[in-house]
Amino acid sequence: MTGNTIIFYLLATLTLVSGLLSVTTRQIFRAAIYLLFSLIGIAGIYFWLQYEFIAAVQIVVYVGGIVVLIIFSIFLTQQAGEKLESQKLGRKVFSALAVFCAFAFTMLQMWQDGFIRNETSLENPSLQNIGKRMLSTTDGGYALPFEIISMLLLAAMVGCIVIALKQKDLITTNSREDGKAES
Amino acid sequence: MQPGLYHILFVSTALFFIGVYGFFTRRNLITMLMSIELILNSVNLNFIAFNKFLWPGKLDGLFFSLFIIAIAAAEAAVAIAIIINLYRSHRSIDVGNAEEMKY
Repeated sequence: MTGNTIIFYLLATLTLVSGLLSVTTRQIFRAAIYLLFSLIGIAGIYFWLQYEFIAAVQIVVYVGGIVVLIIFSIFLTQQAGEKLESQKLGRKVFSALAVFCAFAFTMLQMWQDGFIRNETSLENPSLQNIGKRMLSTTDGGYALPFEIISMLLLAAMVGCIVIALKQKDLITTNSREDGKAES
Repeated sequence: MQPGLYHILFVSTALFFIGVYGFFTRRNLITMLMSIELILNSVNLNFIAFNKFLWPGKLDGLFFSLFIIAIAAAEAAVAIAIIINLYRSHRSIDVGNAEEMKY
């Protein structure tokens, strides 16, 4: 049992336990905080696998972006100290049973399958290699998906603003701003 | 024993089904969104593990994970905009109260 192994088991335990608490706790704010720890555990596993760039992206985008967004929306939509209502026991038991059966089935399939390791030239997942592949237009380059993703993010940003805008008949501001919006 | 591919696949499968369990049992839109995030993260972990252990000559799994993270960020932003708009009109973000949007 080397230190490497112990670190992996600690990270896996952190990820799974906080993920499980995140879906079972009845206080929504605590669920968000447990989700945060689960995502940090996954970033730790990426570090453990020596994929530092994807770990950094995970921390910046998920932990720093999405969880903060979720916490903000909890503040906007929940009353303080209000607990989520508990589900019926039958639904819980049935979901747990279905999920456990599916999990066991998947693991069984996975254990029966011997994965074939393909050892060709080793490409280091360094920042340099990632940057070159990301912007390369030759075979195996990712320039086109990169551009499409940038269009998607732009569209999502515009869409968010349009969806979250106040409707005209709900506007309670003064008439000067109304006139500005209509002109 | 050094943890290998199967250990990471176990973690990602367990995380996926934890997310599915949350999706089944929750009735609040924000907690359902959290379950979706867990599912997407388990998929990312799968891609990275396969890239690391089975195909170390390429970086394709890493790029798939990167694009999934970007799409997940866009999806979370749009979903939260929809949730806030729904809260404004219904004063609740329970999926049961959003049922009337079907008709």
